Amino acid sequence: MLTNILAISLGAILTNNFIFSQFLGICPFLGCSSKVDTATGMGLAVVFVMGLASAICWVIDTYILIPLGLAFLETLAFILVIASLVQFVEMFLKKSVPSLYSALGIYLPLITTNCAVLGVVLLNVQNHYNFIESVVYGITGGLGFMLAIVLFASVRERIEFAEYPECFEGFSICLISAGLVALAFMGFSGMKIF
Amino acid sequence: MNIKKQFGEGLVTNNPVLVQQIGMCATMAITTTLFNGVGMGLSVLIILTCCNVVVSAIRKIIPGEIRLAIFVVVIAGFVTIVDLLLQAYIPALSSALGVFIPLIVVNCIIIGRAEAFCQKNKVSACFFDGIFQGLGYTCVLILMCVFREFVGSGKFGGGLIDITNGLRFTLDGTGSGIQIFPSEYGAAVMNRPFGGFITLGLLMAVMQYALKKNAKKKALAERAAAEAAADKEEDE
Repeated sequence: MLTNILAISLGAILTNNFIFSQFLGICPFLGCSSKVDTATGMGLAVVFVMGLASAICWVIDTYILIPLGLAFLETLAFILVIASLVQFVEMFLKKSVPSLYSALGIYLPLITTNCAVLGVVLLNVQNHYNFIESVVYGITGGLGFMLAIVLFASVRERIEFAEYPECFEGFSICLISAGLVALAFMGFSGMKIF
Repeated sequence: MNIKKQFGEGLVTNNPVLVQQIGMCATMAITTTLFNGVGMGLSVLIILTCCNVVVSAIRKIIPGEIRLAIFVVVIAGFVTIVDLLLQAYIPALSSALGVFIPLIVVNCIIIGRAEAFCQKNKVSACFFDGIFQGLGYTCVLILMCVFREFVGSGKFGGGLIDITNGLRFTLDGTGSGIQIFPSEYGAAVMNRPFGGFITLGLLMAVMQYALKKNAKKKALAERAAAEAAADKEEDE
């Protein structure tokens, strides 16, 4: 059990990193990585929502959808759960932890359309994870996202001082540097866990 | 809003991936063979067109505060339909694209078009917008697939084209593709995530170069026209 969880965690953070090897959550990754501070805030919010969404969706899937034979409605149910979860978290943080709420700002509602969140929930179902494995996969997947976005934000702060051809401006140069970071992450793919 | 203008916008000047820069996750993830690219592009085209029409048809009766929730439900409904149809009729495509078919729900292209275009336009305009934006998306996917497949494994049309018994198209993803050079000379890294990032980055750069050049040419022509008009006035 423990080795299994360790394998899932290392896989989600390094070898099968959500951004650099599974391409989930690229939009917020490129959109919120211009500064290290905002990247950290976004990363934290994603860890939180992904962990919570994995837990709730697992419960809904196992105890409501599957017994009722409604497994084909998974996508629809999950996106509604995620959307209302994000709304709920937003209201909760606004009332009880206003400092964190103002730090996350606009990024909180944006998490609804982050495909890493829906992706992790669907992958939990696809891989037949049990409750603990799902939650661990959600949280560590979020940590992997955070690692990627913070690392890339530091790279991007350096790009601002670099000289590159005019037509590469904007997302183009970001994608190419993200590709180079992905190349570095490919080094982990040779790693065998247990 | 005429059809010709919408066609140009969808394919070039307002291309969803290269110009609006949305919906990039799937674009980079699945463009490893032409089969995947065409399948994904057409699925998005169908879903986008259906969602555009429905959202446009109900735009006057949905309350503004909860419109996003309603859009998401409409989109998720159509995505589920397409997902189940693919599982039933083209299982090879369904398993090749995997989690990226249900993830069309959170593809920014669809919700972006619903929010930015369909709320203000008539059903017919939204129908064509869906088709042309979908075509623009498909074209980008095909371009990326062809480039990545060629550089990565020296092939063209993997999964979709089969030449073992004469040229024919396969819908079950078993086609071997046309081998242009032996695959061991290919840069296998293009089939990995790295290739996705680099290819899309380069494609975007080419697009920006072309658009800028075009804009410069237009500006020059306008200036020349203005100068000619000014000269004419002076003469008079």
